[in-house]
Amino acid sequence: MRKLSALSLVWVLVILLPVAGLVSMTVGTVNISLLDAFNAALGHSNSLQIESILFDIRLPRILLAVFVGAVLASTGAVMQGLFRNPLADPSLIGVSSGASVGASLMIVTAGGFIQGGALVGLSLVAVGAFIGGFAATLLVYRLATSGIGTSVTTMLLAGIAIGALAGALNSLLTYFSDNDMLRQISLWQMGNLSGASWLKVGIMGAVAILLMLLFPRDSRALNALLLGESEARHLGIDVQQVKRRLIVLTALGVGVSVALAGLVGFVGLIMPHIVRLAIGPDHRWLVPASALAGATLLVIADSLARIVVIPAELPTGILTALLGAPFFVALLLQQRKEV
Amino acid sequence: MTLRADNVSLHLSGFDLLRNINLEIEAGKVTAIVGPNGAGKSSLLRVLTGELPASQGDVYLNGRPLESWPMLDRAKLLAVLPQHSLLNFPFTADEVVGLGRIPHQTGLLKDNQIIAEALQLVDANYLQTRFYTQMSGGEKQRVQLARVLAQIWQPSHLGDQFLVLDEPTSAFDLSHQKLTLDIVRQLATRDVGVVMVLHDLNLAARCADNLVVFDGGVIAAQGGPQEILTEQLIDKVFGVKSIIAQHPVTKRPLVIT
Repeated sequence: MRKLSALSLVWVLVILLPVAGLVSMTVGTVNISLLDAFNAALGHSNSLQIESILFDIRLPRILLAVFVGAVLASTGAVMQGLFRNPLADPSLIGVSSGASVGASLMIVTAGGFIQGGALVGLSLVAVGAFIGGFAATLLVYRLATSGIGTSVTTMLLAGIAIGALAGALNSLLTYFSDNDMLRQISLWQMGNLSGASWLKVGIMGAVAILLMLLFPRDSRALNALLLGESEARHLGIDVQQVKRRLIVLTALGVGVSVALAGLVGFVGLIMPHIVRLAIGPDHRWLVPASALAGATLLVIADSLARIVVIPAELPTGILTALLGAPFFVALLLQQRKEV
Repeated sequence: MTLRADNVSLHLSGFDLLRNINLEIEAGKVTAIVGPNGAGKSSLLRVLTGELPASQGDVYLNGRPLESWPMLDRAKLLAVLPQHSLLNFPFTADEVVGLGRIPHQTGLLKDNQIIAEALQLVDANYLQTRFYTQMSGGEKQRVQLARVLAQIWQPSHLGDQFLVLDEPTSAFDLSHQKLTLDIVRQLATRDVGVVMVLHDLNLAARCADNLVVFDGGVIAAQGGPQEILTEQLIDKVFGVKSIIAQHPVTKRPLVIT
């Protein structure tokens, strides 16, 4: 029997996420009490500083965490279904490694004017990361597609090959960069939400909502795909179209979140896995529940990132791994006991 | 109406897997395909179900070329049980059977009823909430059988329905082998056309209306089991000396080796 019904998990997360968000509003280098936060929200605050911290810095940051977390975890769930592999990851299709190269390239070649240089309010690094990520995915997809359709096995291998190539390019770029660039590259690769702005929130939010609206359409197809591709076809599913649609949406979602928040690892791999252990593999529930769980994890991780080394802060990506990995190991150990 | 292979040949990476096959699977009849390993039985099933396009010739479902059917309509008429299942995610049995209802829009209540009845039919209702990944081979095969049965549970206004089974009894004990054959006969009385690959000649002889003997990518013989099963045929196709007797009760041929 399952540990939790899907509906009760969704309810728990629907309550937990706003609570985590509220608490997150109050923590950081400057502690703001919940009461002050409420006052400020109602426009009764007498401190401009508090208002500015809350609404110009923390709120966009929390919302960015919500959307990035939701996108990474839901695309992770979708990729695991599509590859019929519970340990698949959005990065399998090359999007993270490609984005990494794009970002490094921008940092190294455009390093001089990176602070000032911006395209409609976004840094060149973000634009480079998105283009790199999307291009790599497109390449992997094209490599794996022949006249008879896309082979997920070939895609997996092509993803590894492109990943290795991107790794080499990345090392090459690192080799030629100076100290300052090196620091920027490695900070970017750790994943960070500190650069949140309302513009980024708007872009990420639009992408997240688009994904949440379109994924449910294919959740039964994903369920059928777990049986195997020809079985799914015998159940009346246009497998090739489903694959193309889900890969494009994943590349878009992960590409944008990597561009805006860097490489936040772990969320896309482990969150869907943990949710599946709790409520089972039915994608009609798994995808939305993973999105909520990913959002919650990232909000909590980002709050901790802000307070563990006050007055400085840690990159968020370090915290997601630090939080999630032991939890995952505990789950595995428990599962081993049951079998 | 029929599921019909019309002069079908299949060449794959330099091998002639099927040569000029003409075969009619009739609605309301049970067709069993037998033959040695590598004779092309599974290849024929893959062409019949549209999984592989034929190199030459065509496949027709109820008189209409198979590939011209809309995918969803085809799924309402043609259910396929493969030899092996890749499923390694922890669905429960009723969730697996529920996948068979994907092509239909009958609503949750009706679907749940069909799922329960299908599991009951294959003697797997005790598995309802168990995880597929933790079942034995025979239990998995029964749940998968229930899934394809659920797919064609109700007659369709689109035409006659067909069920394709690739070695459905390979993991079954004696009682479940018999149960499967009973289910298949029952489907035939409901005008479903059943075609299955079997390894056990006696099982095939017992339940088939039309027995198709495959050898080297061609049909060596086809017809009623009584008419075509001879000692010479079995020697020629399988290279095994045998005696054909008559089953004392069913009067069907009995191959003794």
